[in-house]
Amino acid sequence: MTAVPPVQTVPDGGLAAARRRRRKPTFDRISFFAVFLGLPLAVYLLFVIWPFIQAVYISLTAWNGFSNAMPFIGLENYVTLFQDENFLRAMLNSSILGLVLPLITIVLALSLASVVTLGGPSRGQVRGLHGSGFYRVVSFFPYVIPAIVVGIMWGMIFDPNAGLFNAFLNAVGVPIGQFPWLGDARTALGTSMFIITWGFVGFYMVLFIAAIKGIPAELFEAARVDGAGRMRILVQITIPLIRDNIQTAYVYMGIIALDAFVYMSALYLSPGGPENSTLVMSQELYYTAFGGTGKFGLATAMGVVLSLITLAFAGMVFGVNKITGGSAQDERL
Amino acid sequence: MQTPTLKPGKAGSSTGESPVVPQPRTSTASTKSDKTVAVVSHGMLIVWALLVVVPLLWTLVASFKTSSEIFASPFGLPTQWNFDAYVRAWNEAGIGSAFLNTVIVVVVSMTLTMTLGAMCAYVLARFAFPGSKAIYYLLLAGLTFPIFLAIVPLFSVMKNLGLLNTLVGLILTYVAFSLPFSVFFLFAFFKTLPSEVAEAASVDGAGEWRTFFQVMLPMAKPGLASVAIFNFLGLWNQYLLPTALSPAPEARVLSQAVQAFAGQMGYRTDFGALFAAVIITITPVLIVYILFQRQLQGSVAQGTSR
Repeated sequence: MTAVPPVQTVPDGGLAAARRRRRKPTFDRISFFAVFLGLPLAVYLLFVIWPFIQAVYISLTAWNGFSNAMPFIGLENYVTLFQDENFLRAMLNSSILGLVLPLITIVLALSLASVVTLGGPSRGQVRGLHGSGFYRVVSFFPYVIPAIVVGIMWGMIFDPNAGLFNAFLNAVGVPIGQFPWLGDARTALGTSMFIITWGFVGFYMVLFIAAIKGIPAELFEAARVDGAGRMRILVQITIPLIRDNIQTAYVYMGIIALDAFVYMSALYLSPGGPENSTLVMSQELYYTAFGGTGKFGLATAMGVVLSLITLAFAGMVFGVNKITGGSAQDERL
Repeated sequence: MQTPTLKPGKAGSSTGESPVVPQPRTSTASTKSDKTVAVVSHGMLIVWALLVVVPLLWTLVASFKTSSEIFASPFGLPTQWNFDAYVRAWNEAGIGSAFLNTVIVVVVSMTLTMTLGAMCAYVLARFAFPGSKAIYYLLLAGLTFPIFLAIVPLFSVMKNLGLLNTLVGLILTYVAFSLPFSVFFLFAFFKTLPSEVAEAASVDGAGEWRTFFQVMLPMAKPGLASVAIFNFLGLWNQYLLPTALSPAPEARVLSQAVQAFAGQMGYRTDFGALFAAVIITITPVLIVYILFQRQLQGSVAQGTSR
């Protein structure tokens, strides 16, 4: 998505043809443009862009959502936010998710993808593992399951009494008893992260497999002739060549981690979990707006902060990738 | 925009095989370390595959158990295999009506998104006109900013239009929010179609409307199919938009109904029915996934090169 070239910079036969064609403003042509551009854009502007624009202004008001009065209060909402213990806690938790989740998800996905693509015999041509198709089909499936269901399902698996997880641990001799994984402030956030990771590893695995398969086989052959082992091929050839894919994946996963609303809603009936250890910004925002108090101004300010953090995160990923030398050499991918 | 090996029409096929097709002359003899690597590799993948499959199977089995059986032993099998829990979930927990709502909302908004998205993408890909760059950036903004920034103002827009708690309102927001993705994907696709055909149609006297609907749209079928699958999954799984904009019980979609049902579990204890509700929610995506998984994975592959 991020690298789709701007519309006008792509020279193309279609454009040339359009220029060559007679551009008489016939009814056919006018109605065509009006409907083909006008209709989608009208819907899009009304329900997406207009709310985005409004958000910036609403965040500067004390609007309660029900009256027509929108008293302008400048940056007061932002001041309130940064003094609010719950919001700061939510910001901390979201930041932890944003830093940790992409890392573990991508490391796991990349490991599995390399095993699938490069785990084959070291003699002859470089090839993938036998039966990799099966693993890909199974791995990808969690990604298509509704997030809310992923949360509910794992919530039941981690149930202290009836859940599969404790039963399994007790059965194999780990005396875990009836430990409440999601109900203990020490383990709740970590367990939640495991569950979110479960939903996305397969998706990124498939993405990386495709990227690795896009690398010309000669490169692997050459490295192997020069005596490079699997680990060296992975670190010095595969990863540098797919670093732009890794960057994209990192940004996507970060955006998902900074949201996390659906998973947390499914896993914790009372928002925030044990001792607010899983409270995230999106939840604070949601309950500030729709939880009965109707603090629309304040909630929207949270939305602005969340957006800024998201943009900063994306900027950081691009920055790190650039500093560590990603770009020019792998334009092909 | 696409890597040379990934033609949209048969995207699925390019991810199906090993990077290099083994040639006959390649010996299959492997060294000792190869065997170790193979064992470790398969071990990792098997553990991961079990981690995916076991929770799902456990949920499936539990949906046939009674609450007391569920609490008696997580490993036990149900004494009676019947669909009672499914009937209870469907009728009493509101899963049935939510299922129908979901089908209506998803089918209508998918149709609209595909139509509007294809139209917009076609114009952007095929015509040069002032302002197209601005439109591009507007669409990009919709993909970049979190929905949470828009959710409160969106709520008031819907309220002012009288669309809260209506399926129509939900459909319109679904269409609007899935539009940027659809346009970007189809934009890339329309770029790859040969322009000669459109020119020929034009020479033959077809107007812009006819050229699009009778010539270009049929050619774009593979691209449309990929977008349709992604939109289906994305919209079927949508939770935030319906929860915020359509909280009324009678207008609930499936994700909301399952969550509401799970929320009641503190008071009522029909865990069998909850497991059944989960299975009912997963089944349609499972079917779509099994039918279209090659195409889906192919599209992911395509997405990486952008």
